Amino acid sequence: MPLPSSAGLGFKAQHFQAIRDTQPRLGFFEVHAENYLGDGGAPHAMLTALRRDYAISIHGVGLSIGGPTLDKAHLARVRALCDRYDPDSFSEHLAWSSHGAEYLNDLLPLPYTAATLQQICDHVDQVQDALGRRLLLENPSTYVIFEQSEIPETEFMDQIAQRTGCGLLLDVNNVFVSCVNHRMDPLNYLNAFPLRHVGEIHLGGHDEEELPSGPLLIDAHGSEVADPVWALYAEVLDRAGPLPSLVEWDNDVPEWSVLLSEAQRAEALLSDRTRHAAAE
Amino acid sequence: MQPLSELTRSFRQALSGGDIPAFVTATDPAEAAQRFAVYRNNVAHSLRQALGRRFPVVKRLVGTTFFDAMATEFIARHPPQSPVLQEWGEAFAPFLEGFPPVATLPYLPDVARIEWARGRAYHAADLTPLPADQLQEDHPLILHPSVQVLHSHHPAVSIWHANQPARDGKLRAGGAEYALIRRKPDFEVPVMALSPTDAAFIDVLLQGKPLGVAAIITDPVPMLSLLLKDGLICKKESIQ
Repeated sequence: MPLPSSAGLGFKAQHFQAIRDTQPRLGFFEVHAENYLGDGGAPHAMLTALRRDYAISIHGVGLSIGGPTLDKAHLARVRALCDRYDPDSFSEHLAWSSHGAEYLNDLLPLPYTAATLQQICDHVDQVQDALGRRLLLENPSTYVIFEQSEIPETEFMDQIAQRTGCGLLLDVNNVFVSCVNHRMDPLNYLNAFPLRHVGEIHLGGHDEEELPSGPLLIDAHGSEVADPVWALYAEVLDRAGPLPSLVEWDNDVPEWSVLLSEAQRAEALLSDRTRHAAAE
Repeated sequence: MQPLSELTRSFRQALSGGDIPAFVTATDPAEAAQRFAVYRNNVAHSLRQALGRRFPVVKRLVGTTFFDAMATEFIARHPPQSPVLQEWGEAFAPFLEGFPPVATLPYLPDVARIEWARGRAYHAADLTPLPADQLQEDHPLILHPSVQVLHSHHPAVSIWHANQPARDGKLRAGGAEYALIRRKPDFEVPVMALSPTDAAFIDVLLQGKPLGVAAIITDPVPMLSLLLKDGLICKKESIQ
């Protein structure tokens, strides 16, 4: 089953009791694969309970798909997790996070060239083969540019989707962050983005710093979604129709009601579009 | 073009300091280094935070500023070897033993061992408890993998308790202590002080010796009833 085209939230253990007590209506919960690779205990008990009541998306942060080598040992563990929970979606990032065995705990950028395109497609093929399911690949937020890059990010992702059959995860906050950082118009990015491949949307908060040439936005996931990102999200929905939409909040996690109101804001925009679509 | 493996190697090296790679640029190339610093900061900060979440009492004992400096040194020597960060940090207690700036806090490595053991217990496998009437005196018992006994020459258990969030950090005890770490059925992982004989009793069971042998050390009833009550004497097969 694909994820429903409604709002979902990133699951945090501290909200488990509030979720059990209030049983909120939500499209889905998303969890980071790497937090559920222990043998047992509370994480698995909570995920098992959530799985009974909600659609689940497993979102990996550690496969290093955008690096020179895919982490095969880690892939085997992620596969076991997907086999156990049979999530409604599995997604990962167009980024690298490991160097050899060393895990760097950040999503690092790569140059977009014909050679890296081939490498990333090979990795996506390997992941999809190992998991036996379709992957959604997420666009990154970036702060620098590689001199070697010769393909626009939007075309790079389109090519990956076409060659591997994977879907795409459009992180609207990442679009905004990267475009502001690289002094591009986010609408031009959307114009070029292959929206037909998008299976999920991410929304999240960012921080802002100031450089001599203008703002530098940082993808921090530690605050409310910013107004221009909500506007860009509405634009995406106008163009692509309703899509499963996740609000991420991973740092300085607020109380449950704050998170839920962010999801409700996304749901309101989604149901506007659903109503319009039904009326047409 | 250089292969991706060479580009990521240069990128990785520059994350630790020094000049940024020549191929890293920006719309205003003069700002490339300031922008690259976001990655440097993300990697260093996120790993220090992760270590602090794993060792909150060590962090409280030395303070955030000192902890972050110490964590930077630890991360350089013992970076995570897998994206599963809960498996990272076993080397922290031995690192603290050999780290001269904390030599004046000789109990610190044992506090770190308690915190590491608690993390292991939290994520340990789920096993089916053995019904009490199936206990056999002459067979090794399978204890739940969360069950661990720690010996400290210092009051590490009292220090750990005194430095929980609601406590003032003041210590009333002194001397050597023994800790029992276990995961209860409600997933809590308490740190319990044990008498030397009770600690020896559980140690002997953990070594795979039968109950009859462990019972030579001390009255088995208190520890045995605690283990049974918390479902920590297990059948062989795992749940799931």
